[in-house]
Amino acid sequence: MYGLFLRHFYLITRSFPRVLDLVYWPTIQITLWGFISNFFATHTTYYNNAVGVILTCAILYDFLFRTSIGFNMLFLEEIWSRNFTNLFIAPMKIGEILTSLVATALIRALIGLIPAVLLTSPLFGISILDLGIFLFFLFLSLYLFGITLGILVSAGLLRYGPSFENIAWSTMFLLAPFGCIYYPIEILPEMFQKIAYLLPLVYIFEEARNILINQTVDIQNIYYAFMWNGVYFVLSIALFYYSFNVAKNKGTLINMGE
Amino acid sequence: MKNLVEVKNIKKNYGKNEAVKGISFNIKEDEILGLLGPNGSGKTTTIGMLLGLLKPTSGEILINGQKLEGNRIEILEQINFISPYIELPKKLTVKQNLTVYGKLYKINNINERIEFLSEKLRLEDLLNNITGELSSGQKNRVSLAKALINEPKVLLLDEPTASLDPEVGDFVRSFLEDYKKEKKISILLASHNMNEVTRLCKSILMMKDGIIIDEGNPKELINKHGRKNLEEVFLKLSRSRNELN
Repeated sequence: MYGLFLRHFYLITRSFPRVLDLVYWPTIQITLWGFISNFFATHTTYYNNAVGVILTCAILYDFLFRTSIGFNMLFLEEIWSRNFTNLFIAPMKIGEILTSLVATALIRALIGLIPAVLLTSPLFGISILDLGIFLFFLFLSLYLFGITLGILVSAGLLRYGPSFENIAWSTMFLLAPFGCIYYPIEILPEMFQKIAYLLPLVYIFEEARNILINQTVDIQNIYYAFMWNGVYFVLSIALFYYSFNVAKNKGTLINMGE
Repeated sequence: MKNLVEVKNIKKNYGKNEAVKGISFNIKEDEILGLLGPNGSGKTTTIGMLLGLLKPTSGEILINGQKLEGNRIEILEQINFISPYIELPKKLTVKQNLTVYGKLYKINNINERIEFLSEKLRLEDLLNNITGELSSGQKNRVSLAKALINEPKVLLLDEPTASLDPEVGDFVRSFLEDYKKEKKISILLASHNMNEVTRLCKSILMMKDGIIIDEGNPKELINKHGRKNLEEVFLKLSRSRNELN
């Protein structure tokens, strides 16, 4: 019994991502649900059409989640199937690998999204299409941020190997409290607001609520979302190339299955 | 015969640990070079550097006259690799896997190539089977087909017959001999099967602690060290202090 305990204890203490994984799940859950509870306790009349707004935001968030996780899954599946080395000795440029993963992640996300969108109308009498033409920009922005997170996590997998896998599953939850998905940014403490304003998510979800509740469009929100997306996307690409070079120096690419 | 692989004084350090300490060798076309050495001697690191998966700390690798550094993609089109430690996606059929790799290697007539390799490697009846459901011997032949999909000029083999039964092992060895003779390719064979190395290789490199401690053809090495076979030479060199030091 003690031997089995030791087997897992050694594994945890040898890997920083595993330690981090243990710590932040409870922290993130408490933080996210704390803000949601706080908001509903103090702003009971904020949503006149609560179901519609919450469901629309849930669908948008799920699209982001599917895009990001979908991208990570494509990368992780190559590790799990021990096909990773085959892929990286094929004559493909890093840009080609990323482009094919980005395109495949979009198809995966759309396959998951379309049934969800179609179900909301007959089940709840709500259509996400109420967001109008701006829905396209919101989705595009979420897709960009989703693949950016996917590329960042893949860069971590290249750099640190499979032990980074747990981070892959939890990036979205880590950002959820700052994304202001179900509540306006004002509900966050000032320090958190400053962080939230550095993410495209807050502009996307603020704008979705703005369109649905106020029936107006604030172009500035969409502009800021794309601006931050551009910044993070370029950074993620640079980090991926950097991680690839580090992996070539450290030997991670030939030990990826271990 | 021209050298298809030229390795010039390559070193690889992982921090303070020197995994490969400056080795040089060439592989001619139509040659199988054996790479022997105990675990941790630097064989996998050397193969990793030849595949461009590892960046040498110093030194130079040329494949078919081109420097690997700066020409990685062009060179990867001309080489391929097989190892029991890497696999093809298990859920795909054999044909789907070979088609995927045919596309990745930009092969023009993929179906013709798959047909040719299936016939040579006795895979015709397995093409529509799920790869993960194949036996070890069948998977090995599929991996070999994948490794030959791009008609590589240089083939790197890491334990290509490990865990195979004698019949399949013999089939793979015969196939490699014939294929090398027919296509005039260079093969680097890392193996712990001394009979296999004796049969396939005219030249051998013996590595230990990151350096080449001896080299020559199997018969020369056996005579030089006064042993009965290559396995005894291997044991002598593995247990001794570095010969060239």
